[in-house]
Amino acid sequence: MLEVQDIEAGYGPVRVLHGLSLEARAGEVLCLLGRNGAGKTTTLKAIMGLLPLTAGRILLDGTEISALPAHRIARQGVGYVPQGRRLFSELTVAENIEIGLMAGGKDAGTRDRVLDMFPRLRERLAQRAGTLSGGEQQMLATARALAVEPRLLLLDEPTEGLQPSMIDLIRETVVTLRAKGVAIVLVEQRIDAVLALADRVTFIENGNSRETVTPSELKSDRALIHKYVGV
Amino acid sequence: MEFGPHLVLAILEGAVGAAVLALTALGLSLVFGVMRVVNVAHGEFFMLGAVMAWFVAAAIGGHPAVGFIAALVIAPLVAGVIAMAADWLVLKRVNYDPEATIVATIGLLYIMQQSALMLYGPEARPVEAPFNSRIALPWVEWGEAGLQLYYPWGFGTTSYKLFVIVAAVVLLLAFWAFLSRTRFGLVMRATQLDRETALAFGIPVETVYALVFGLGAALAALAAVLIVPIQQAHYLMGGDPLLLSFIVVIIGGLGSIRGTIVAALLIGMSDGVISVFFSPTLAKILATLLVALVLVFRPQGLYGKTAT
Repeated sequence: MLEVQDIEAGYGPVRVLHGLSLEARAGEVLCLLGRNGAGKTTTLKAIMGLLPLTAGRILLDGTEISALPAHRIARQGVGYVPQGRRLFSELTVAENIEIGLMAGGKDAGTRDRVLDMFPRLRERLAQRAGTLSGGEQQMLATARALAVEPRLLLLDEPTEGLQPSMIDLIRETVVTLRAKGVAIVLVEQRIDAVLALADRVTFIENGNSRETVTPSELKSDRALIHKYVGV
Repeated sequence: MEFGPHLVLAILEGAVGAAVLALTALGLSLVFGVMRVVNVAHGEFFMLGAVMAWFVAAAIGGHPAVGFIAALVIAPLVAGVIAMAADWLVLKRVNYDPEATIVATIGLLYIMQQSALMLYGPEARPVEAPFNSRIALPWVEWGEAGLQLYYPWGFGTTSYKLFVIVAAVVLLLAFWAFLSRTRFGLVMRATQLDRETALAFGIPVETVYALVFGLGAALAALAAVLIVPIQQAHYLMGGDPLLLSFIVVIIGGLGSIRGTIVAALLIGMSDGVISVFFSPTLAKILATLLVALVLVFRPQGLYGKTAT
């Protein structure tokens, strides 16, 4: 599905990723775990083409998406929920979803399916995104990414700062998508959430990918968590 | 009947200025809002519109209305295409860096100005208005013999000036509808709000930038075609609209369309009224003073948002 092969990338002269590799499979949740600054968000940005790669390549079902310009990656079926949500705050809920539909080349049918998953948004279509509550904003950021009808969904700390009921909703959404065969890459800080959701966990340290393990291995060997996350 | 009629005249003159200024400043505001580029060459695109209007009118001949309508279409197109080429050749190459683009557009200003001097010459040339009948205005005043109607009372305006006001209002409404109702308008607003996320959602930001820069220049050129039957075309005419557009955009709040329109009305009207009663220089001094006060007491402008 998604193959990230030995990528190097960074911001201007500062290199953050040093030969990072990972693999996400259809119908699986891959969690990225690591300390702050390890390069998790940078990895997702690199997959979206938002940072130029200085080495390595990224393949999606065999297509080299790292060779495409950034604005053509979403159309390949990649949905992105950025860290801090990054909604178009002055635009309405409907317009934010419209941007997602345009990105994926989808029509009103997709719009209805997405709104069925988040009925609260349907009631607030004409409201400006910036005036939504935190949980609703996360719903909208997720809905915008799902409007692309992604085969690969990237989620960057989607539950950050949310109340428990909202965290459950996001988790259910991820489970539903996984059952539909979407490949999901999830950056998540909370270990319990990772253990509950992940099919595999890749540890990231200093811009490199380290071990990839299953949650059951992780439960039996807490030393890994101490080593890479330090809690 | 001394002050009142003169005030009406001054307000009419001011409204013509405000209408043209609103269109010009909107172009500058749009480019800054979406691209974060301060386009110092904006006034030269205005000049280009006026000069193109003269060339088109001279080339077509016949009834002035034919040349004028052709100029309304051709001049903004030419200005837009030149601006898009400048975006691709220059602004894109410096990565839209805020400081580099200021220097780059200063260079563009001189290139365009001197090219106009070489190709068009130093003369100020008129473009004939498509229609220009005088309209005498009635005036009603409470005199010694009760209510008196003065008609005609010696002064009036022209049908063309009224047309400029109406045309500008129509164009502003059309632009607003374009921005809020069309897909490209939505794409432009999304790019303005968050460039990186726009890119992640399939918006070709570089193409949007080129089109926005072209659209900004086209608006200035369109404003110039409207005013050139009143003002004449000259290769140095870009200075005043540039200064006034900056004043308007700063007072209205950088990147705010609503603020730009409100400030254009305020500055255009006061410029007209003060120019009639005192002097154009005083009008510019007061407008510049207002900018200084806005920058000190409300740096984000009337409708601008503070950075969050």
